[in-house]
Amino acid sequence: MIDVAIIGGGIVGDATAYMLSQYRLSVSLFERENDIATGATRANSAIIHAGYDPKPGTLMAELNVKGAAMAEQLCRDLDVPYRNIGSMVLALTDEDMRTIEMLYQRGVQNGVPDLQILTAEEVLKQEPHVSRDVKGALYAPSAGIVGPWEYALAMAETAVMNGVVLHLEHEVTGINDLGDHYRISTNKGDYIAKYVINATGTDSATIHQMVAAPSFRIIPCKGEYYLMDKSEGDHVNHVLFQCPTKAGKGILVAPTVGGNLIVGPTATNTYCGKETSTSSEGLAAVRSGAALSVPDIPYRQAIRTFAGVRANTDRDDFIIEEVAPRFIDLAGIKSPGLTAAPAIGIKVTEMLQSMGLPLERDPFAINTRHQKRFRSLPPDEKAALIAENPQYGHIICRCETITEGEIVDALHSPIPARSVDGVKRRTGAGLGRCQGGFCGPRVLEIIARERGVSPLSVCKDTAGSRILVGAIGKEGEA
Amino acid sequence: MSDYQLIVVGGGPAGMAAALQAHEDGLRDILIIERDHDLGGILNQCIHNGFGLHHFKQELTGPEYAGRFISMLKDTSIKVLSNAMVLQITADHQVHTVSAEHGYQVLQGKAIVLAMGCRERTRGAIAIPGDRPAGVFTAGTAQRYLNMEGYMVGKRVLILGSGDIGLIMARRMTLEGAEVLACVELMPYSGGLKRNIVQCLEDFDIPLYLSHTITHIKAENGRVCQATVAQVDESRCPIPGTERIFECDTVLLSVGLIPENEISREAGICMDPRTGGAVVYENMETSLPGIFACGNVVHVHDLVDFVTAESQKAGSAGAAYVKNTAPSDGSTVTVHNGTGVSYTVPQKIRTGRIDKTVSIFFRVVRPCEQCHLTVSCGNEVLATFKRDRVAPGEMERLTLTKDVLEKSDGTITLSVTEVSQ
Amino acid sequence: MKQITCTVCPRGCLLNVDEENGYTVTGNVCPRGVAYGKAECVSPVRTLTTTVSIRSADLSRCPVRTDQPVPKAMLTDVMALLRKVQIQAPVRCGHVVIANVLDTGANVIVTRDIEVKRHEGS
Repeated sequence: MIDVAIIGGGIVGDATAYMLSQYRLSVSLFERENDIATGATRANSAIIHAGYDPKPGTLMAELNVKGAAMAEQLCRDLDVPYRNIGSMVLALTDEDMRTIEMLYQRGVQNGVPDLQILTAEEVLKQEPHVSRDVKGALYAPSAGIVGPWEYALAMAETAVMNGVVLHLEHEVTGINDLGDHYRISTNKGDYIAKYVINATGTDSATIHQMVAAPSFRIIPCKGEYYLMDKSEGDHVNHVLFQCPTKAGKGILVAPTVGGNLIVGPTATNTYCGKETSTSSEGLAAVRSGAALSVPDIPYRQAIRTFAGVRANTDRDDFIIEEVAPRFIDLAGIKSPGLTAAPAIGIKVTEMLQSMGLPLERDPFAINTRHQKRFRSLPPDEKAALIAENPQYGHIICRCETITEGEIVDALHSPIPARSVDGVKRRTGAGLGRCQGGFCGPRVLEIIARERGVSPLSVCKDTAGSRILVGAIGKEGEA
Repeated sequence: MSDYQLIVVGGGPAGMAAALQAHEDGLRDILIIERDHDLGGILNQCIHNGFGLHHFKQELTGPEYAGRFISMLKDTSIKVLSNAMVLQITADHQVHTVSAEHGYQVLQGKAIVLAMGCRERTRGAIAIPGDRPAGVFTAGTAQRYLNMEGYMVGKRVLILGSGDIGLIMARRMTLEGAEVLACVELMPYSGGLKRNIVQCLEDFDIPLYLSHTITHIKAENGRVCQATVAQVDESRCPIPGTERIFECDTVLLSVGLIPENEISREAGICMDPRTGGAVVYENMETSLPGIFACGNVVHVHDLVDFVTAESQKAGSAGAAYVKNTAPSDGSTVTVHNGTGVSYTVPQKIRTGRIDKTVSIFFRVVRPCEQCHLTVSCGNEVLATFKRDRVAPGEMERLTLTKDVLEKSDGTITLSVTEVSQ
Repeated sequence: MKQITCTVCPRGCLLNVDEENGYTVTGNVCPRGVAYGKAECVSPVRTLTTTVSIRSADLSRCPVRTDQPVPKAMLTDVMALLRKVQIQAPVRCGHVVIANVLDTGANVIVTRDIEVKRHEGS
């Protein structure tokens, strides 16, 4: 019997699994896809928000500020790329100035540390590429940037190391309350669990309705982005937000932890979480929107465009509720969900305890992780690593300097990569300017070798996304 | 630290020609650093013919062209460090390299030749909207899978861009049994060589749609299932209502090449945004003394024969630098791009360093027939040349005499003007 | 009058071939254009470049070509034949894989030196 079944392997489910993995519990994590962090967690702004945005008194406000405060230590412990670069909300009009004043007050109420209103001169001194129209900015030093899927993977991997059982490619098809436990039916069989956590993002209403009457509606909201080459990563030095207006939150411009520049997102309602196509209109809206605050973004240096879908609902706040006995919804975890996730994990743990789940700390549970990242080592440590294992001397991804050793590690990690994109999320191979043009065939070959499968069966991403369609002279082989 | 007279970064056609020429000019202590196991670079996957007509006066395939240089290297004292990646070079000629076999090494060269080649522009660079599934490849990646590893990347193929690799892959995929539906080109003219249009598209009745582009890619089960193609107007924007849908499982991109200069940039070498490569002098020396560059890392060539010629120049200059036999600089002339010219190589000419003449390679902005090339300084025209036909896809060359350069005040401007009929 | 693009060299002259008057060629810059223009109208030929399977090598394919052009119409047949061919490393550039392929008079030859496979794991 599973104590806690978490449905959904995005950042919210992963953080919850990680927090629960610190206790003597039997926890299972169910994920529909062939890897975790493949929904909104893989395609978002990658920001640790300071917490001045949400209305005081909301769950969002509480968990955002709490999550932001946890990020630095957690990322250090779990070896997640994170930089505490601070954010600015740029005011471009007099009305904007009033808005940032309001946000400042809100931030203070929410407990956001060290907020400051900057003058136009102060902004331009630190951010020379910002529009000359800038009137001032709200500066939040506690904001930062993070590797979103690394954050999710780090928590999920550590959870797995602590005994959480991950069921990939398990789609939940039904949930039945059997009195003091639930039967969870999946495409791969049934499971019995005492408590169930619904962390399924854009599908959370569907899962909710397996146990309770509808209480919210999901409104999937797509955001499109540009990602610029690493040569442009220092175009701005902070996360630069525009002022939220009635028309929307505006387009942000920020460096990423990988050293790139990210620009986006748009906000257009769509019909499902998997609808992540970009559009010429959306990309044009990103460009024209961003131009208001940062007019000279070098789109010639674009290396990728992408879109992600936020799990918005018809309610304003996060939905964190026990909607049926021993069943918790974690729904509508839109922005700042990435920031709030660890705090949500803690909140769920407390809720479970108050619902009667006995919690006993596991003295053997680990809460640290170490990743080998060849490129960030000093020369002598690089040399030592190659001496220990020559695979670290074989560079596969030249844009990001990722070695064969790191790719092999990713294929034998606690949650082994199963696809080329899975390797990309774990190592960074293929994230760079050639977008896998050079390293793709090599990565595919290593995946086939390490997993003992035919190269023809290796997928780019989700199940079915095969890269090769046949071998010459060996037609029919697969 | 190991010392060499000359370190050549890259063992493709450029690196091999530079090393061989430096050897010919008397250097003995030369190292080529190659990231792959084998020398030859991209030529190894370019199994088609058409190489070597200028250099060897004979039509060879890519591997044969590379093979000739590999054989020549075997008879020299030139060393090769293969399976090794250069992570960093410094202005004082240190080369930081890693390999599984030798670990992390810092090598010192008296001179360095950069010959890292180029990479392909990707879908991300041109921001094609739609889904991001499997089945979108750069033509070179598909070429590697097919020609080196024997894998087919698709069965129903649409090609975006009429660059040579795209055209060559249209033929290769067709011969291997795939159906190539069309080649789609944004510009009103092809970026590839004419013979490739004939032999790779026309021979197989593959339509070429000029002034068209892909406006959307659609996926099913994680793989490409559809591409929407639309005609574009003069400002290259899709014209609504002209869309047509191609049911395909693969999109190959042949949308340009970019010199691969990350380590050059980090070393502090002055770059030319128009070529994407280093600014070079008449002998292929970069802004850092003793560091030379040649081949596709300087500017993207259409014929390997020209890469060889340029690289021999760089190898020779590297040898002269090491032996300290280079003449004094004289005055420096900067070449500016005038009307109709997209770039020139070299960008700077030291008149003291040239014998009697200097060749300037350049590309034009648009195709043009019956035109004049004008070399001017301010309002004064220093020299004029005639061309029957120029096109952006074909690199042009002109030869300037030393006295023309000496008439300039330090800058010359090269322009192309169409002669009215 | 037939218009064709000469493919002898990258220049790509636009040739006019007069089929009624003994295939006289105009528009050519060099004499090679005359021969090409006539041949292209009478019996077009192409050099075929492709790969064959190779055993005991690091890569699974070995590049080959016909050592002289073969009739354009026969390219598919030669491809079908080569699909069944497997050679053994090591091979040298120029090695004849198939002599006088399909009676065209052309040999299919290897275009790259390929050594025997290195040890596994390197």
